[in-house]
Amino acid sequence: MFNFSIDKKTQSSEFDQIKKWDFLVVGGGPAGLNAALYAKRKGLKVGIIVNEIGGQLNNTTWVDNYIGFSMIEGEELSNKFLDHVKQLEVPILKGVYVQGIEQVKQDFNVSVSNGKEYTTKTLLLATGGEPRKLGVTGEKEFTNKGVTYCATCDAPFFKDKHVIVAGGGNSAVEGVIDLVPWASKITLVHRSQFRADKILLDKLNDIDKLDIHLETQIISVVGNEQMTGIQALDKHTNEKKLIKADGLLIEIGTEANSKLIKDIVETNEREEIKVDLNQMTSVPGLFAAGDVTEQPFKQIIISAAEGAKAALAVNQYLIQIYKGE
Amino acid sequence: MANLLNEEVSKQIKEALSPMQNEITMVLFTKESGCNTCEETEQLLTEVKALNDKISVEVKDIDKDKEDVEKYHITDVPTFVILDDNKKYKGVKFQGIPAGHEINSFLSAMVFMSGLDLGLDQKIVERLSKITKPIDIKVFVTLSCPHCPGAVATAHSLAMLNENIEASMIEAQTFQQLSVKHNVSGVPKIIINDEFELVGNHPIDAFLTELEKI
Ligand SMILES: Cc1cc2nc3c(=O)[nH]c(=O)nc-3n(C[C@H](O)[C@H](O)[C@H](O)COP(=O)(O)OP(=O)(O)OC[C@H]3O[C@@H](n4cnc5c(N)ncnc54)[C@H](O)[C@@H]3O)c2cc1C
Repeated sequence: MFNFSIDKKTQSSEFDQIKKWDFLVVGGGPAGLNAALYAKRKGLKVGIIVNEIGGQLNNTTWVDNYIGFSMIEGEELSNKFLDHVKQLEVPILKGVYVQGIEQVKQDFNVSVSNGKEYTTKTLLLATGGEPRKLGVTGEKEFTNKGVTYCATCDAPFFKDKHVIVAGGGNSAVEGVIDLVPWASKITLVHRSQFRADKILLDKLNDIDKLDIHLETQIISVVGNEQMTGIQALDKHTNEKKLIKADGLLIEIGTEANSKLIKDIVETNEREEIKVDLNQMTSVPGLFAAGDVTEQPFKQIIISAAEGAKAALAVNQYLIQIYKGE
Repeated sequence: MANLLNEEVSKQIKEALSPMQNEITMVLFTKESGCNTCEETEQLLTEVKALNDKISVEVKDIDKDKEDVEKYHITDVPTFVILDDNKKYKGVKFQGIPAGHEINSFLSAMVFMSGLDLGLDQKIVERLSKITKPIDIKVFVTLSCPHCPGAVATAHSLAMLNENIEASMIEAQTFQQLSVKHNVSGVPKIIINDEFELVGNHPIDAFLTELEKI
């Protein structure tokens, strides 16, 4: 009945005491937390600045592909990560947003929404991703008026209602499963074929109230005060159809949260950050890991591993390359 | 009734409350009948109080304690406010039980009301002090929303720093009528002075910019 993000808020004074950090980590998802763990073990002066510990793990009800933990709740996994990092007494400034990153000689100045600025020799951007938008008419207008990107947050509003789930990957299938206790009817709509794991797809077979429309593209969200349905194109018949529904859960993957540095480093056409084998961006001393990078498989274990790589590479960089004071 | 907080949870709450500086008082409003979650809310407050001796709890009746109802602008039950060590109301309010994810905004409100430094730069505090119009912030949440406690904590910290600002967490399912009135079907949803809407969690300075426009 209680969902802790167990943590005493780091007193900001603790954070303010350090004049120059060896390594600051922006983001507290799997990538950021693991990077801090590795860096602290190397003896680096490392701190984490984060809005919400756990990142996308908080939106995930069940995780069943992180080795060593079968069927663990996303949040519990996040608490385990955090516990481990806390044991090493890594200072964490949480509940704030980093709003600017500026390179000053070899160092980086990080400005934060609490109004303060921190200086560091190296920086990791582990800001992950945000839900990708469909980009169709009506989507924005009806956001929070039926359109949602967070199944766990908003499922209670769909009690006894018909909800459409957009997407065909794991998170869409999980979204369907999250809605089962609430919605009276669920319709999954996806523009192509399923990409989700077979083990998850098998679970859909048992859901009676689920309808599946593959090869169906959502064209617009319609409604008045609240959304009342979607217009969709059936790609087989090339016919447009109106599907009436009270809600639309959009689970079509994430967009890299790269805006803080996308203008100073190289990115790909999706604005995902390009990194080398050591997770370093095109700017020396500035690293990136996890869903924010170009790496195509957005997974917890992969993000965590990239965080570890980044921390080890930062340690090497500080010893071999960094020339500041 | 069985305890709401088991040993493990109690231990976590105790630890989270350890940075508390001064005393605080929670004033809870309930009523005799027709309130499904009043008893549970009272129990939560009582069990939390037992975990830190800086906390006291007073229970009032919305139909009887009219003076307090007026003083703290109470409209429905269960609602509680958190007062500082001088028993001063600084606009920090919870409508509905702060269980689920909201345990985090509840812990944060207690710790900061007790006088722990909010860690904001002087620039922000100064901007905030220039707000002179009365501001009412409603933050609608569900207990299963991981992004909501952040929005509630930000609204509460604005209230703590400016006496013209009042901020309330509103649990959308308990306060269904109010949610319907404000068209809440996604959370966190923030309503300012019953008029302006903000969706999602925002950094404190962005929040402040919205308030400055009013
Ligand atoms: C519904 C859903 C289900 C999923 N299921 C699984 C699964 O079963 N298995 C699996 O392996 N993966 C799953 N994933 C993917 C997995 O969650 C991500 O790959 C992983 O969380 C990425 O980790 P990350 O650390 O790179 O970023 P994120 O988890 O996105 O974390 C980003 C962090 O950065 C912070 N942040 C962002 N911007 C700022 C800023 N400006 N200032 C301060 N902090 C900031 C955030 O608060 C957060 O702490 C799922 C994803 C979703 C959405």
